Amino acid sequence: MSAVTDTTHDAEHAAEAHDGHHTPSDRHFIIIAGWLALLTALETSTYWIDLGSFATPLLLIMMTIKFFMIILVFMHLKYDSKLFSVMFYIGLGLAILVYSVFLATFQFFAR
Amino acid sequence: MADITIHEGAAAPADHGHDDHGHDDHGGAHVTSTGLSNNKLAMWLFLGSECLLFGGLISTYMLYRGRHGGGPGPAQVFDIPLTSVSSFVLLMSSLTMVLAVNSAKRLDDRNTRLWLMATALLGALFVGGQVYEFTAFYQEGLGFTTSLFSSSFFTLTGFHGVHVTLGVVMLIALAAIIGRGRISGDKAEVVEMVGLYWHFVDVVWVVIFTLVYLIPA
Repeated sequence: MSAVTDTTHDAEHAAEAHDGHHTPSDRHFIIIAGWLALLTALETSTYWIDLGSFATPLLLIMMTIKFFMIILVFMHLKYDSKLFSVMFYIGLGLAILVYSVFLATFQFFAR
Repeated sequence: MADITIHEGAAAPADHGHDDHGHDDHGGAHVTSTGLSNNKLAMWLFLGSECLLFGGLISTYMLYRGRHGGGPGPAQVFDIPLTSVSSFVLLMSSLTMVLAVNSAKRLDDRNTRLWLMATALLGALFVGGQVYEFTAFYQEGLGFTTSLFSSSFFTLTGFHGVHVTLGVVMLIALAAIIGRGRISGDKAEVVEMVGLYWHFVDVVWVVIFTLVYLIPA
């Protein structure tokens, strides 16, 4: 093993020891960022490629995947205490519920 | 009751000096009944409440996006290639931010500052793109009061832009404070908190980019 690899190993151990739970490596984050970039490219391609009625559901699915990749991995929700998830999901769930009712009231979905 | 610092489930230091007010030698952190950082808990609660703010703005835009009267509509003014580049820039700023957080956890101040400044630069690029976009829209006849569509669009994207701008200020200030060694308490946690805010701003843009720009009215 080279000295560089040993240093990286030590640094990762230091990071893990810092907060007492698993911290993904830099490489893991770069891979996730690559997937996010790919999904963004696919999303953007729907502007030039006509997918008809499939476009909207496909875009919503890709948006949801990107959303959860960021909050679970980049924001560490996957590795952190469940209480943090509860705090965030209560706000998110309430927002989705309240504004779905709001839009339904204005017959947004009937158009 | 509060006499030692416990950080995120880590074992409490046995022989570190601490006073009667819940502070230890490392400065700042407190014992909590949950065993978790109250600052971080408050940040997540704040981000949860921000979902309601942006949810309201996005819903209002969705409701009014077809109401442009005689003025230009989304199909006439939106520049998807430009916005796609902006989205990519903001997405990559999330990567640099997470690398800053990891560097801070490794106690590597030099790289922490480097990645924080890279994130701030990417954020500033995004804001620059938004200013350019707003100027182009205005020149095409789309002002804030032109139509319900324009009002709701500028309010939503403007609010997001203000959040990004505040984030850039926080990143630059944090990099400067770290450089001067003036952070009291857990440095990595401070970087992580700013990081959470930054990622949230990014995740909101993921939603705005799809719902506002890509899904046709």
